[in-house]
Amino acid sequence: MPSVKIPRKSTENDMTPFVDIAFLILSFFIMATKMKPPEPVEITTPNSVSTKEIPANDAILVDIDKKGRVFFSMQAEKDPTIKYDLIKNLNTTRNLGLSEAEMKNFVKTPAVGVPFTQLKSLLSQPVENQKDFNQPGIPVKDSASNELYFWIRDALSTFAGSKINYLIKGDNASKYPDFKSVLDAFKRNRVFKFQLVTSAEDAPAGTELYKERHGGK
Amino acid sequence: MASLDTGGGDSGHKKSRGVKKAKKQSTRVDMTPLVDLGFLLITFFIFTSTMSTPSTMDLFMPDDTQKDIDPNKAKASGALSILFGKDNEVYYYEGQLDPTASNFKTSNFKDIRNVIINKKRNTPPEDLVVIIKPNDEATYKNTVDALDEMTINGIKRFAMVDILPVENDLIKKTEAGGGVTPAPAAAAPAK
Repeated sequence: MPSVKIPRKSTENDMTPFVDIAFLILSFFIMATKMKPPEPVEITTPNSVSTKEIPANDAILVDIDKKGRVFFSMQAEKDPTIKYDLIKNLNTTRNLGLSEAEMKNFVKTPAVGVPFTQLKSLLSQPVENQKDFNQPGIPVKDSASNELYFWIRDALSTFAGSKINYLIKGDNASKYPDFKSVLDAFKRNRVFKFQLVTSAEDAPAGTELYKERHGGK
Repeated sequence: MASLDTGGGDSGHKKSRGVKKAKKQSTRVDMTPLVDLGFLLITFFIFTSTMSTPSTMDLFMPDDTQKDIDPNKAKASGALSILFGKDNEVYYYEGQLDPTASNFKTSNFKDIRNVIINKKRNTPPEDLVVIIKPNDEATYKNTVDALDEMTINGIKRFAMVDILPVENDLIKKTEAGGGVTPAPAAAAPAK
């Protein structure tokens, strides 16, 4: 009985299209990725229908995490000397006793969430180790020891007249009183216009804003 | 520069016998490592990329250092106070708070929009003012949602005011009593 011979096919197949697609996707992601700036804490922002984009420069960012800790940071990608000027300013007004190296280190520090008394020990650490530093947050609770006020005041004088954006980035679970005390710190510096950082979402269907945006129906 | 093998001036077409013919190699390359690396990088970029760029929402606060401005100037008939308690609970009342708290109602984030829309429809636009009062247990998300609701419904005049002790007591009482409505909102609306 003649057995039927099945022709043996090569297991190798042409991977070229596969590679093409893979690298196409790869290049897309490389282009589309904007590296996350290092953050001291994870913050999930609430959604809003607002579509305004977040400014990357000349901005003061105040983070409120879910435990109510407050962090201060400054967005100055274009001109890092502003950050240096700020810490130098603070050093003299608050008598922090920072060394030159510690002030230089502040420029690289993404965000600060310590009271002034601990600022020196935070800045004496290299930036890589600051993540492990236990940051209790800037005191804002009562107006007598509201240190955020001084941060904002000195930042204002450092920027000296140029337009600044005041960003407040709060976590979903953070409580309203923390938000209010942050607002108070701003208000005492006579700052009344804020921008709250949110994630974008579309207006709910059927509402006035929805009609306005989608025209007619 | 690549050098050309000219063969020492002997530009003949004839090949001498002894020259070995170069073995023709397959042009196929094993692409597996290439693909491996490619997908490794894809995964890396997918994980690190921040797809949704954050947006910002403008918030203008009144200058409360100037004492001559009375925050309660709003006409009682056009006022709608929205209060926030813990666990995303929403309370509201229209106009002045009744001494017996009969107009103090419980709501949730889904229904409050209809309340605002109704109020807007029944009130002349120049009188309409929404007062947002989060209490100490309200979250930041509640506050932002409330401000967002103002944008969504096109409310031009609204204010964020500190909660009064009377109102806070009412919220506490309602929370303790299990809510005015039989089914309090379990969670914020899935947005």
